[in-house]
Amino acid sequence: MTLFLEKRANYSRLFSALSPFLALGLTLVFGTIMFTVLGQNPAEALYIYFVLPLTDAYLIEQIVLKATPLILIAIGLSVCFRSGNWNIGAEGQYLIGGMIGSLIPVYFNDFQSPIVLPLMMVMGMLGGAMYAAVPAILKSRFGTNEILTSLMLVYVAQQFVDWLVRTPWRDPQGMGFPGTKRFNESAVLPDLLTNGEAHWGTVFAVVAAIGTWFMLSKTMKGFEVTVLGECPRAGRFAGFDAKKMTIFAFLFSGALAGLAGIAEVSGSVEKLDDNLSLGYGFTAIIVAFLGRLNPLGILAAGLILALSYIGGEEAQIVLQISNRATNVFQGLLLFFVLATDTLIHYRIRLEFGSSVKGAS
Amino acid sequence: MKKKTAMALAAAITMAFTAQVSTASAAKKTKACFVYIGPVGDFGWTYQHDQGRQAVEKAFGDEVETAYLESVPESSEAQRPIEGLARSGCNIIFTTSFNYMDPTNKAAKKFPDVKFEHATGFKREYPNVSNYSSKFYQGRYVQGQIAAKMSKTGVAGYIASFPIPEVVRGINSFILGAQSVNPDFKLKVVWVSTWFDPPKEADAAKALIDQGVDIVTQHTDSTAAMQVAAERGVLAFGQASDMIKFGPKTQLTAIIDDWAPYYISRVKAVMDGTWKQVNVWEGMAEGNVVMAPFTNMPDDVAKMATETVAKITSGELEPFTGPVMKQDGTVWLKAGERADIGTMLGMNFYVKGVDDKLPQ
Repeated sequence: MTLFLEKRANYSRLFSALSPFLALGLTLVFGTIMFTVLGQNPAEALYIYFVLPLTDAYLIEQIVLKATPLILIAIGLSVCFRSGNWNIGAEGQYLIGGMIGSLIPVYFNDFQSPIVLPLMMVMGMLGGAMYAAVPAILKSRFGTNEILTSLMLVYVAQQFVDWLVRTPWRDPQGMGFPGTKRFNESAVLPDLLTNGEAHWGTVFAVVAAIGTWFMLSKTMKGFEVTVLGECPRAGRFAGFDAKKMTIFAFLFSGALAGLAGIAEVSGSVEKLDDNLSLGYGFTAIIVAFLGRLNPLGILAAGLILALSYIGGEEAQIVLQISNRATNVFQGLLLFFVLATDTLIHYRIRLEFGSSVKGAS
Repeated sequence: MKKKTAMALAAAITMAFTAQVSTASAAKKTKACFVYIGPVGDFGWTYQHDQGRQAVEKAFGDEVETAYLESVPESSEAQRPIEGLARSGCNIIFTTSFNYMDPTNKAAKKFPDVKFEHATGFKREYPNVSNYSSKFYQGRYVQGQIAAKMSKTGVAGYIASFPIPEVVRGINSFILGAQSVNPDFKLKVVWVSTWFDPPKEADAAKALIDQGVDIVTQHTDSTAAMQVAAERGVLAFGQASDMIKFGPKTQLTAIIDDWAPYYISRVKAVMDGTWKQVNVWEGMAEGNVVMAPFTNMPDDVAKMATETVAKITSGELEPFTGPVMKQDGTVWLKAGERADIGTMLGMNFYVKGVDDKLPQ
């Protein structure tokens, strides 16, 4: 018996609608098996994973907080990926955005004015965009592989920011520990709720999602992105410039990654330290595909992924299962979602030996 | 057959979901919780803390309940897990890595009725936060002496994590111990920027051995360096825990962190309602820093080490006693002068003989 993946002539509307539920079903089945093997009550475990976090205001806020940078970065990436540009370096753009955005509180800590925060956000976006411009220019000018250049620039950014917070930017009163001084209040993104954690970064994420959705689906630019991504030759005939698109897509996604970075620095950590790089730029790639490169889908996908993080932590706290088990479970969820999404464009054909060839 | 399996599976899942979700709330037990930087199976730092947790369970039996979270990153991401434990009903929470400092204090503000104990830090912003640490550097001094006696090349290698005072203090104490035996002894340092990353720690050990060191010591949490040293036939010191199992012919001794007495006394204080904020920094005299048996060395070296331990325990010997020169050749401590506690806790410079530039 052999399994074949066969491309469908047209994408399947049925599976397009069905695949999330199929994925959820498969995750529940395999999750039940996994938790049973681990000696847990699977009902309790799955309840803690998917339902409990949604019954608690504090946890809902944590989910939103966790999802914010993922969504912001993934939205930028969706434009990049749709246009056929593979920006794998969002993590670096996120870091450089956080770093450039921190320039004002680091060097002009006494400068306190309502204009500080908007300036920081703009500088963060510029920082991320400039850093993304490097692989974009290299690609459009010299035809280098943007996957490699953007990825490798992540390591450069990580080392550079690490050096900054350990050496020139280190808080002199910090007893030698890496990290800048805590920003003063005018450089801290205000909380959305009075006693909360969620900050204005979340608003940016929602605005970015709606704005980008509008651009992609209602404007000429969006059409250009799609055409150049799906059929570069047709795009050329239509007079679209693929090189300009590369620059645009990278700048766009770099700016959003940079905004995510400075929002995280200013809203959550309230200083720049050596722990800004947590892999959000890479996780956002998963979020982008989970949301099928649709900004509104990404909004949902980011929240779902954040739910699986927070649910996993709750499972660790309440059930005392190891974080490896919760990682495996999260992996199951992602695997099934992406696997069942394959069925939208492909069908599975089984072949039993050569005698029944052609049967499907 | 297949149908039956599917039906059984479906039934199992249905049963699982209709099963009552248990809500465990036993009689008034004291709940002690722990946050770990690495996995409990690192056989180093985290392993020892978990031994302490188990000792608490053993000491109080049914009167306590314990819980822990492992591999919690050192960043603003530690906030949720710490607060999660506080929300789940923990009465006392031990956070066992340096960079949990700010999240611990932030959680302490939100949960004034929960007692927080932060290891190796220095911030106690609220009355429900204590600090505790041990004078590990005392053990480093003994190791330095042994290294100087046992090394043929006159150079030891040190795998360091982060250039924070605690780590720098260990390096300096090691070289001072070594120089008390061989004034020309040299020390090479590799910074790995992680507490727990076995492949990275192993690479660092290999790099050091390739540079001609024949004694390896570490300030990281896994047994990887010990295993590499064993493979390459050089000698090594265990860190945080007795690692003799991983290098029966390799380990000279190990600094064993014994947290059990402290954990038991603090949990007891919570049970009795006598818990008060403290800042504890204890060492060999109090039994918090213990040396593993002196193995793989001649009797005279073991005798010397045993005597040094006795002298440090009695207070006759303090590793940071002048004359001590800084790396740049300027005088730090005049003959007979002992380092003051402020300089000890904020140590951010090397003493003479360290063949490395301290990342500043």
